[in-house]
Amino acid sequence: MQELLRVEDLTTHIFTPAGVVRAVEGVSLRIRPSEAVALVGESGCGKSMTALSLMRLVRPPVRILGGRVWFKGRDLLALSEAEMRMVRGGEIAMVFQDPMTFLNPVFRVGDQVAEAICIHQGLGRRAAEAGALEALRHVKIPAPEAVVHYYPHQLSGGMRQRVLIAMAVACRPALLIADEPTTALDVTIQAQIMALLSDIRRELGSALLLISHDLGLVAEYCDRVYVMYAGEIVEEADVFGLFKGPQHPYTAALLKSSLNIDHRVAAFEAIEGQPPNLIAPPPGCRFHPRCPRAFEPCSRSAPPVVTLEGGRVARCWLHEDGR
Amino acid sequence: MQSRFLTYLFRRVLQAVPLLLLVVVITFLLVHAAPGDPVDVLSGQMETAPEYREQLRREFGLDRPLYVQLGRYVAKVTSLDLGYSLRYRVDVFDLIMSRLPATLLLMGTSLVLSSAIGILLGAFAARHPYSAADNAATLVALAGYSMPVFWLGQLLLLLFALNLGWFPTQGMASLRAPAEGWGRAFDIAHHLALPALTYSVYNLTLIFRLTRARMQETLAEDYITTARAKGVSEGAVVFRHALRNALLPVVTVIGLTFGFMLAGSVLTETVFAWPGLGRLMYEAIMARDYPILMGLFIFISSLVIVANVITDVIYALIDPRVVYK
Repeated sequence: MQELLRVEDLTTHIFTPAGVVRAVEGVSLRIRPSEAVALVGESGCGKSMTALSLMRLVRPPVRILGGRVWFKGRDLLALSEAEMRMVRGGEIAMVFQDPMTFLNPVFRVGDQVAEAICIHQGLGRRAAEAGALEALRHVKIPAPEAVVHYYPHQLSGGMRQRVLIAMAVACRPALLIADEPTTALDVTIQAQIMALLSDIRRELGSALLLISHDLGLVAEYCDRVYVMYAGEIVEEADVFGLFKGPQHPYTAALLKSSLNIDHRVAAFEAIEGQPPNLIAPPPGCRFHPRCPRAFEPCSRSAPPVVTLEGGRVARCWLHEDGR
Repeated sequence: MQSRFLTYLFRRVLQAVPLLLLVVVITFLLVHAAPGDPVDVLSGQMETAPEYREQLRREFGLDRPLYVQLGRYVAKVTSLDLGYSLRYRVDVFDLIMSRLPATLLLMGTSLVLSSAIGILLGAFAARHPYSAADNAATLVALAGYSMPVFWLGQLLLLLFALNLGWFPTQGMASLRAPAEGWGRAFDIAHHLALPALTYSVYNLTLIFRLTRARMQETLAEDYITTARAKGVSEGAVVFRHALRNALLPVVTVIGLTFGFMLAGSVLTETVFAWPGLGRLMYEAIMARDYPILMGLFIFISSLVIVANVITDVIYALIDPRVVYK
């Protein structure tokens, strides 16, 4: 299986005065060229931190402690800062969560898009501006000739998100990371933005890493799913298999807690308890205090990572026999 | 956009007019409320004949009711006639104009110097927060910020002028220096060094501390992450993406400092015998020379108001979110 990105044992901790937060602990994942992969989990489980780590965008007090990020045969964590800069925005681009705060308020949106083109395609100012106009047209912004001269505050949330997408796809990246790209938008706009992102990705042949807690989006737009809990990947599956038969109790609980239009229930089932404090995570399996199926070994030692039928993976003691 | 900006500019200038008028009235009333009789000074503070004192009062219009004096004063000020110095017997406006270049040179030098160095150091310190260099700079800045200007000036004078003899002790030019060309420019710069340094310290530390704090906040903003994710180099992230945002409040403060600097010029110029407006004010206070004092207050207030208008305009130019209304 040819891979575009292979993350091995990525570990990122946050060094706070209160202690070390083990935000990302030994995360491994693979993305094939042109594949759409989802990373799902509840808020604070380390999804965004994983994305920022593989882009090497974390700043102190956050530090990447170990692991490898193989991308097109190179370990990104071993590159020099200058080499890494050419990867960022060029070969791997990111679309962020909140279009209100991720655009620079004092620069015209055209210039912000043109900057990425300038850096990665070595074009002059004039050519980069033409490229920016093209990119804005590509994301279906109405009247792009006028919008290039606008400042972010003159645009609506949906338009700003389109600008962020234009910035990300302007240099035809091989991998597009979208970190909750629709969370800050109206529901009607969300659908438009996701459809746009998906169309452009297919057209460019880019792979997608979609970070989300919206299982509906994941089901619609992704091929494979990684489920993350408390800094660890707990399950990996193709999207159909995951929704049909979750192999980890956390995935099962996550699916049950989301509303389903076909099986209307009186109240949705929340997962008992709170996500663990990652300064002192629970011993053994990090999910065991909230797990309805926890048994004797769960609190004692870390569960094995078991490869199941069809290449699926689950990190759970329930599957120990399957090894 | 262009015409909207010009309208905005025009309105800001127009708004300054009533403010200036108010300054004139307040200045007049304040000075008259202060104790002391100018006639004492005019007559040489000796026992003089009451007839002579009466004649002086009439001659300078001091015998008229207050509102008449005020009305005449406002009318004259609006035609740039700030009156006649009681002591020097020259036109106050001319006197102020003759002293203005020295003060502008001193203020301009230290404003440019302290802003440029303060912003650069602040940006650098924010990139390396809590490093040894940052901690040292913060400590020095705190000391500089707390030090009284006149005391600092005297210490600098003692060390660099008297003990080491590197710089002249007072004035703006030596008698024996060339009267023109580079020789004169160098001579003035030599005299300028110590007072400009003294004058800059407070400002520099203020701007340094503000820039550092604002820069640290700005570097944590989401759009900085966007810039880094685009592959923008660290230098461009700091000096293009962050600095312009961080500087918005700094520009406001630099504008406000202008007024403080004019007030501070009294101390610095007195310590270094710098022939500018500050020392003129000191001399006028000592001589109870009301026309000079009032003229200076009004002139300096006008400068501050103009500086504020300029600040607003610059702010509007660098922050596109400012609404012109």
